[in-house]
Amino acid sequence: MNNLDSATLAAQLLGGHRHALARAITLAETGGAEARALLGAVYPHTGGALVVGVTGAPGAGKSTFVNALAQHWRAAGRTIAILAVDPSSPFSGGAILGDRIRMQPLGGDPGVFVRSMASRGRLGGIAHATDDAVALMDAAGFDVVVIETVGAGQSEVEIAATAPTTVVIETPGTGDDVQSIKAGILEIADVFVVNKADREGADSVIRNLQTMLRLAERSVSSWMPPVLPAVALRGEGIAAIAATIDQHYAYMLQGERLRVHAQARVERALALSVQELAVTRARAHGGGATWRQLVERVIARQIDPYSAADVLLDAP
Amino acid sequence: MEHKIRVLVAKPGLDGHDRGAKVIARALRDAGMEVIYTGLQQTPAMIIEAALQEDVDVIGLSILSGAHMTLLPKVSQLLREQAMDDVLVVVGGIISDADATILKRDHGVAAVYGPGASMQEIVSFIREHAGSGRVS
Repeated sequence: MNNLDSATLAAQLLGGHRHALARAITLAETGGAEARALLGAVYPHTGGALVVGVTGAPGAGKSTFVNALAQHWRAAGRTIAILAVDPSSPFSGGAILGDRIRMQPLGGDPGVFVRSMASRGRLGGIAHATDDAVALMDAAGFDVVVIETVGAGQSEVEIAATAPTTVVIETPGTGDDVQSIKAGILEIADVFVVNKADREGADSVIRNLQTMLRLAERSVSSWMPPVLPAVALRGEGIAAIAATIDQHYAYMLQGERLRVHAQARVERALALSVQELAVTRARAHGGGATWRQLVERVIARQIDPYSAADVLLDAP
Repeated sequence: MEHKIRVLVAKPGLDGHDRGAKVIARALRDAGMEVIYTGLQQTPAMIIEAALQEDVDVIGLSILSGAHMTLLPKVSQLLREQAMDDVLVVVGGIISDADATILKRDHGVAAVYGPGASMQEIVSFIREHAGSGRVS
C-alpha cells in the first residue's frame, strides 16, 4: 500500500480498514494539505467513541493499566483503539516508544488497535497530532479510544482538555500528604486509580487523596472523583474502574457538560491551528524575505518582536 | 513537518538476549528516528501486526537463537500478504554468510549485520533505504 490520495484513504478508514487508519495517523503527524483534506473528510463521522485519557508519573503503571482495562472491555465486546504517547528527545528528535511491551496480551485481536506516538517537542503530555489521531480512530469506528500520555510530572494537564474523562494514576511511596494538595495534575482527575495497591502505603495514598478531594468546594450535583485501588498487573480492581469510567461518561452526557467540554477542546484546537497557519503564511510571505528582514531588524533592535508580528499579520 | 523515519525493533523467537536490540534502538533514537520497541518473544504474526498499526518504514529484527531461517521467511511472506512490501527489513544476529545470502536473495531481507557491525553503517543504511523495501 503506497501513497494514496486523501479521499481514498478516508473512504477506506471509514470502512474500518486498519492499514488505512495507520497510514492516516502518519499523514496527520506529518501535516500539510493532504492531512487537512483527510481530516475534513472524516470529521463529520466522529463523536461516536468514548474517549478516555490516562495519565500519571513515569513507572506508575499506565501501559499495564491500559492493557488490563482494554482486556476488560474486550471481554465485554467493546472495540478499543489505544494511542500511547512517549517523549521525543529534545536533542535528536528521536524517540523510544515502548508502551507496546506491556500490551502484548492485546496482540492478534482485530478489535484492538494500538498506536505509539512521539510527542515531537510538544509539552503538556500529549503530541501535536493527538487530537487528530483520536478523531481518526473515532471515525474508524472504535467504541473506546484510550489516550495514554507521556509519563507526567505535575503540570502535564492537556489531556483533560482532549479527553472528556481523565484517569490519573498514583502509586504508593511517592511523597507526603502535601503532594496531594498541590496544583496541577491532581486537579484534572475524574477518576483516581491508586495502582500497585498491594504495596505498603497504598491506604495512606488513598486516604490523602480522599481528604484532598473533600477539601475542594463543589456543588451537590457535581462529580466527586472516586479514588479506586488497583493491581493492574493482575487485573485487580479493573472492573470497578471500568464501571466508574462509564458512570462518569453518563454524567458528562447529562445536560450541557459534554458540549461545554467540547467547546473548550475545539477552541483550543482552533487557536493552535490558527497559530500554525499564521506562522506558516508569515514565514512564506514575500518568498520568505519579509520574515528574514524582520528577524534582522529585531536583532538590530530597530523594532521589537511584537511590532514585527503585527507587520507580518497585517501584510497583504 | 517532515516525515520521521519510524522503525519497529523486535526480537522474534525464544532467545532472551535483548541487549543488542536495546543498543540499536538507542542508536536509532539518537539518529533522530522514532523507534517502537516491542520486546521479547514475538511471533512473525505479532511483528507484522505491530508494523502495520505503527505504519513503520523499517522493521529491525534481532535473532540470536539460530532460528532465523524459519522465522524470517515467515516475516517476509506475511509482509507480502499484507501488501507491505515497501517496509525495509533489517536483521542483526549470529547468521552465517551462506544464510545471509539466501535471506537477501529469496526472503526480502535488505541487510544482515553480525557481531562487530558498525552502528554508523547501520544508521546510514536505514536512513538511505527506509521505506524502499527490498534493496537490490
